[in-house]
Amino acid sequence: MQNTNVAYDSKVEGEIIVTQADAVINWIRKHSVWPMPMGLACCAIELMAAGASRFDISRFGMEVMRFSPRQADCMIVSGTVTYKMAEVIRRIYEQMAEPKWVVAMGACASTGGMYRSYATLQGVDRIIPVDVYVSGCPPRPEALLDAMIKLQDKIGRERSVKNLTARNAKPAKAENLALAGAGKES
Amino acid sequence: MAESDFAQLKERFDYLSERQSADHSAVNCPADRLVEFCSALRDDLGYDLLVDVTAVDWDAQSPRFTGIYHLLSTTKHEYLRIAADCADDINPSLPSLCEVFAAANWHERETYDLMGIHYDGHPDLRRILMWDEYPYHPLRKDFPLAGIEVPLPADDVAEATGATVLPAPMMGGPFVSSADGPMSQTEPSARDESWTEQKEKPTD
Repeated sequence: MQNTNVAYDSKVEGEIIVTQADAVINWIRKHSVWPMPMGLACCAIELMAAGASRFDISRFGMEVMRFSPRQADCMIVSGTVTYKMAEVIRRIYEQMAEPKWVVAMGACASTGGMYRSYATLQGVDRIIPVDVYVSGCPPRPEALLDAMIKLQDKIGRERSVKNLTARNAKPAKAENLALAGAGKES
Repeated sequence: MAESDFAQLKERFDYLSERQSADHSAVNCPADRLVEFCSALRDDLGYDLLVDVTAVDWDAQSPRFTGIYHLLSTTKHEYLRIAADCADDINPSLPSLCEVFAAANWHERETYDLMGIHYDGHPDLRRILMWDEYPYHPLRKDFPLAGIEVPLPADDVAEATGATVLPAPMMGGPFVSSADGPMSQTEPSARDESWTEQKEKPTD
C-alpha cells in the first residue's frame, strides 16, 4: 500500500526511512486498537459475532479484546445505557489510559434508541465523548467493522504529537470535554 | 378455579372473596390476613412456589393500590392469584411475605421500587432497579413515561459531565422497530411522527 507520508528510496537512503512523527505514531496506533467490550444489551451479541471467526475483527488489527479498561484504548459501548449504569461507564472510561476512543454501537448507545423512558440515558455522548456512532438495532457485525475502520481512519488523521505535548503541558483534567451531548436539548 | 375449589377455600378462610379472572383461579384477601392465608396455602394446600409479586395502580379509584401474588402448586400444577387491597392510598403498605416465601424478598423490593408499596416486616426494603436516592416510583399511573428531571446518581460524574436525568424526548413515541423490510429501514422510529417537542401535537 502506498503511504504518501513516507518518502523512501532504498538506493538513496539505505536503511533509513524519513517520515513524520505523526505518521509513525498514528500508523502504530491505528493498527493495534485494543477494544474494551462494554457489552450492555443485545448489541453485545453482535459484537461477539464480530469477534468470532465468521466476521473476524482481527483482519483489521483489533482483535485483542481486553476486559480491563487499563489494558484497552477503545471502548465499544454496545447496548442500552441506563442512568444507573452511566456512572459505571464514566468511571471505566476514566480508567482507560490515553489516548482512548469510544464507539457508540447501535441506536441505544447513540441516542437511547427505542428506550425513550425514565431509566435510559439518551445517548452515551452525554457522559463520555464518542468518536464513531453506529446505526442499527442492533447493527450487523459488518457495520461494526465499518465503524472500526472509520475509527482507524480517524486515528490516522490525528495530530498525535501536538495532542501529546498539549496533554503533558496541562496534565490534570485536560478534557472537561466539550461533550457532544451534555447540553443537548431534550 | 372449579366452583368446588373456591367453596372449599371459602369454607376454611371465610374472609376470602372470589375474584374475576380470565385464566387462573383468583381470590381477594384482606391485607391483614395475607400472611396467615399464604402460610396455610403453603403448608396445607400444596402451593409451594411463589411465582410473582406485583401490584396494580388503579389511578383515581380507592383503594388505589392492589398487591398481586401468583402462587403455583408444583404437585397439583395449579396457579392461584391472590389480590390484596392497600388500605392507605397515600402511603400504601402490605405485610411482607418474606417469612413465608424467601422468593418474596426481591419481588417485594421491586414492587416497592416501582410502585412505592411499603412491605411491613421486610428484612431489607431497598430499591432494586432504580438507584437508592431516586425520588419517584416510576410505574405509578401519575408518573410520566418520559421521566422527571433529577440529578444523576453519582455527584462527581454529574459534575464532570454536566449531565442530569432528563425527561426522554418522546417525539411521537414510544419508539418501535418494525420487523418488516430491509434492515436499513427498520430503525426504531415513532409511529406518529406528526409532532415533536418543538412542534405541537395536532388536535383532531
